[in-house]
Amino acid sequence: MRVLLLAEHDNAALKPATLNAVTAAREIGGELVLLVAGQDCRSAAEAAAAVPGVTKVLLADDALYAHRLAENLAKLVVQLSGDYTHLIAPATSSGKNVMPRVAALLDVAQISEINAVVSPDTFIRTIYAGNALATVQSGERIKVITVRMTGFDAAPSTGGSAAIEAVNAAGDAGLSRFVGQELSKNERPELTSARIVVSGGRGMQSGDNFKLLEAVADKLGAAVGASRAAVDAGFVPNDYQVGQTGKVVAPDLYIAVGISGAIQHLAGMKDSKVIVAINKDEDAPIFQVADYGLVADLFQAVPELTKELSK
Amino acid sequence: MKVLVAVKRVVDFNVKIRVKADGTGVETANVKMSMNPFDEIGVEEAVRLKEAGKATEVIAISLGLPQVQETIRTALAMGADRGIFVQTNVELQPLAVAKLMKAVVDKEKPEICILGKQAIDDDANQTGQMLSALLGWSQGCFASKLVINGDGTANVTREVDGGLETVTLKLPLVLTTDLRLNEPRYASLPNIMKAKKKPIETLTPEQLGVDPAPRLKTLKVGEPPKRKSGVKVKSVAELVDKLRNEAKVI
Ligand SMILES: Cc1cc2nc3c(=O)[nH]c(=O)nc-3n(C[C@H](O)[C@H](O)[C@H](O)COP(=O)(O)OP(=O)(O)OC[C@H]3O[C@@H](n4cnc5c(N)ncnc54)[C@H](O)[C@@H]3O)c2cc1C
Ligand SMILES: Nc1ncnc2c1ncn2[C@@H]1O[C@H](COP(=O)(O)O)[C@@H](O)[C@H]1O
Repeated sequence: MRVLLLAEHDNAALKPATLNAVTAAREIGGELVLLVAGQDCRSAAEAAAAVPGVTKVLLADDALYAHRLAENLAKLVVQLSGDYTHLIAPATSSGKNVMPRVAALLDVAQISEINAVVSPDTFIRTIYAGNALATVQSGERIKVITVRMTGFDAAPSTGGSAAIEAVNAAGDAGLSRFVGQELSKNERPELTSARIVVSGGRGMQSGDNFKLLEAVADKLGAAVGASRAAVDAGFVPNDYQVGQTGKVVAPDLYIAVGISGAIQHLAGMKDSKVIVAINKDEDAPIFQVADYGLVADLFQAVPELTKELSK
Repeated sequence: MKVLVAVKRVVDFNVKIRVKADGTGVETANVKMSMNPFDEIGVEEAVRLKEAGKATEVIAISLGLPQVQETIRTALAMGADRGIFVQTNVELQPLAVAKLMKAVVDKEKPEICILGKQAIDDDANQTGQMLSALLGWSQGCFASKLVINGDGTANVTREVDGGLETVTLKLPLVLTTDLRLNEPRYASLPNIMKAKKKPIETLTPEQLGVDPAPRLKTLKVGEPPKRKSGVKVKSVAELVDKLRNEAKVI
């Protein structure tokens, strides 16, 4: 087995999701090569080289990869795909964008968002918003896979010393150009890797009221998330959305506030270790998955929670 | 400019699905089926392009069993001009759908293909990217905004992990819809009636020269582990005490 893993990074450091994908790759076994493609990304490549179990790091440092445009990045991965048996990426928005393009260019199927490795050709993934688990076998010569972070522990990030090898860029596909981005700014931990997540739903009533949740999050060092309804209503940006079609999280503690618990939301958080629900409707479905449920008006309970946590 | 929009028939998003006892799949008999919600957004976007005078024709395509024609009819009632039905009883996986759609694109020559970001049954999130790759086109995935520029390009704003990203893409392009792209309309009764007269062409994989055989084998479909039911706490103080001393997570 030879696994090529497309690392997710911000040029300076690896994104946490890369380390979860490394664990999946190591369960598949064999040689593990990390591809760090970006611009001025040598320090990310050095971080990749320090991950134990990594046999080699390929560094593609070129302006073409500055913004991970799918058309150019897929071209690069295909050019490097040679004799690898597995091409893997974390199931981040970038991995989901690029890998199916790679798979189609290689004329092979992709297995999306695996939760578990059964054997090098057999994987488990969820379907129907997490309401069923499918065990899927691939007979393809190259298995193209994206890895759901919550299925795998993060690999250690230090102790390894793999060699870094520079590789040539694969040329510009000439199809796309980066224009700009609007990234949500906050000092909080990343939603998908935070140990604690506090999420708000339609019950929050406004974006301003999310300050109540931020106060709790500050006390707990938590990330802030949201339901689709809260995002659609414009209370918070799109990248806060937790669920089937947003981010999948599995923190040690998930606190759902003013969220009813639709299956699409549960799909994104029901693997959390401990779930707390605060909702004024005692019949809200969220209570069926909550370890601790509090039937209360959030506008009373949340400020009280902040106070209690200061004690 | 023609627009081709894919519409998949899936189990309605409100249905709580049941896994078949023999582990072969999910119960779909006598279950409410609907258009994949992301595809409703796709049809809406295509129809708006036509209403804005940017598109000349909107073609809705669905692939699978004869029942998917109902989904095409829904798209026609929302404003698509005609339908293409690719008939097969083979289990369709994303790569096969992409190949069949590519063959249709080669015939119809649309400038824009719109697909959903993900089908809510297989949760694959692959087909649009694959189609784009097979065509050698640009891809605007997880789109929350599409602006056609006058110069053979379009700007697409994409929902990404950190927020939003805007790219300029060369036409022709493949777009996949995200939830915030638009709010799809409901078909009015007169439009539902009118849709009955709009044409749907039937094609087969053989006619399109594509082998749609599945590449992945599903060995088993099972239930996810159930969470054990929890407790209701009476006060915030009790909640914090339990989190600190029982669950030990804070
Ligand atoms: C294709 C598709 C994809 C989707 N993807 C996602 C997804 O990824 N993530 C997601 O979250 N949803 C998703 N949804 C939407 C999902 O179906 C629900 O509509 C959504 O999760 C509801 O959000 P909510 O719980 O915030 O709102 P609601 O269902 O309206 O619930 C609000 C809750 O707040 C409570 N409340 C109100 N006021 C108070 C108060 N003062 N104090 C305490 N409680 C209060 C109410 O009792 C209620 O339970 C998707 C839907 C579709 C069709
Ligand atoms: N059988 C099908 N018929 C029509 N469109 C499909 C079909 N399968 C997939 N698609 C399109 O591809 C999108 C993504 O599906 P998937 O890659 O399976 O998650 C869907 O939202 C549809 O637009």
